Amino acid sequence: MLRTTIGATTLALILTGAAWAQDQSIIVQSTTSTANSGLYDYLLPIFQDKTGIQVNVVAVGTGQAIKNAENCDGDVLLVHAKASEEAFVEAGFGTERTDLMFNDFVIVGPDADPAGVGGMDDVQGALTQIAEKGALFASRGDDSGTHKKEVSLWSDSGVDPTAASGDWYRETGSGMGATLNAGIGMGAYVMTDRATWISFENKQDYAIQVQGDEDMFNQYGVIPVSPEKCPEVNVDDAQTFADWLLSGEGQDAIAAFKVADQQLFFPNAPEN
Amino acid sequence: MKALQNIGDALGVAVALVLSGDADLLEIVLLSLRVSLTATAIACLIGLPVGALVAIGRFRGRNAVLIVMNALMGLPPVVVGLLVYLHLSRSGPLGFLGLLYTPTAMIIAQTILITPIVAALSRQVLEDLHAEYAEQFRSLCLTRLQAVQALLWDARYSLLTVGLAGFGRAVAEVGAVIIVGGNIDHLTRVMTTAIALETSKGDLALALALGIILLVIALGVNAAVQSVRMTAARQAYV
Repeated sequence: MLRTTIGATTLALILTGAAWAQDQSIIVQSTTSTANSGLYDYLLPIFQDKTGIQVNVVAVGTGQAIKNAENCDGDVLLVHAKASEEAFVEAGFGTERTDLMFNDFVIVGPDADPAGVGGMDDVQGALTQIAEKGALFASRGDDSGTHKKEVSLWSDSGVDPTAASGDWYRETGSGMGATLNAGIGMGAYVMTDRATWISFENKQDYAIQVQGDEDMFNQYGVIPVSPEKCPEVNVDDAQTFADWLLSGEGQDAIAAFKVADQQLFFPNAPEN
Repeated sequence: MKALQNIGDALGVAVALVLSGDADLLEIVLLSLRVSLTATAIACLIGLPVGALVAIGRFRGRNAVLIVMNALMGLPPVVVGLLVYLHLSRSGPLGFLGLLYTPTAMIIAQTILITPIVAALSRQVLEDLHAEYAEQFRSLCLTRLQAVQALLWDARYSLLTVGLAGFGRAVAEVGAVIIVGGNIDHLTRVMTTAIALETSKGDLALALALGIILLVIALGVNAAVQSVRMTAARQAYV
């Protein structure tokens, strides 16, 4: 008797679990910065009230988000690594990539500023100086959008930091928040997007040391996943979501989102 | 030392969270319990009979089976998560079920993770008991099925602890559920993935507060099981 009850309960639990994923809902494979900063908590209720479409956000690094979307495990991709995004569309996984919004990357470091880069706005110079001084630098090392950007900046500055991997160049292989926690723990410089930094709550004695270089521009794009590669994709609701983000209303909502009175993301979708 | 202030803050945050009856927190706690208790129940349904059969069985390759069962107790959650993800992914063999990023996927992953624990630990418990009972069983000419039933029944209180070990592992792991559940707000967010999220946001006090609440829940489940056990033991002596 008891066993039948347990069996029936288990079955019921499993079935209700399966039913949750139905109805009008989409999965957004997203970068962590947009989720961790609270942007979705602000945007999604507005969108859901308007359309009734439930948006489920899976926040992982850009590399993993793209990989998941290529496995058809998402309806919309919202990340920040333009070259990889274009390759994704090129390979037929996405219908179209559109610029959505931007912010910028900054390099944060301890007040002591061991490499003396505080106040610099030349990122290549700053990175070269960090390398020359052998000051600790914590890298994502996880193929995320931020990591890809960091690697390209190192390459532009002519330094190969991976030669010092494990020495002053520390690759955490973790998300932005985890890397900030680790970097702050060891007194290392960290490159992060500004949105994550402003909303990050474990700053301790860290501050922005390097900012304002054009090369630190951080563009986010939105791509609906293509039904040709992924027949099960919820193409209509995905398109509705992408269209709304790119519309005047969506763009205004992005601009209105603030943390500590600071705007974190700057909408720049092309005008229709 | 400043970092340690977080621990003091966390206690305050934990108490405030619980007292405020935060709806999101309740949702996360209930989902944690639902996922991990279901996984434990299924793991027991599979693991206990397997453990019992291996305990009383004498067959070729038994030692190899024991080694494998014991080794599987150390399955890394992330690896289990990845394997389940690859199967449940829309482009995977079971993708048509649409289970990825649902609580069901999390239950599947945790069940795989803890079934070996239940099987291996119960095997040891039952084998020790069987050593005591073997002669009696022979004299009564019990079939294998009857012997398994008798062993499972007589060892039921020790097996509760085995179940608790499985539950403890399930409710505390984050590696598997974050991959197959996706840590989606209001859908698949559980205590451990919420803790990982708050840590990555740098809100260490809130992360720790959630950890304290998780610990209290685990204490509650263990206390409930213990009281069942004691009540039953008392009645047995009346």
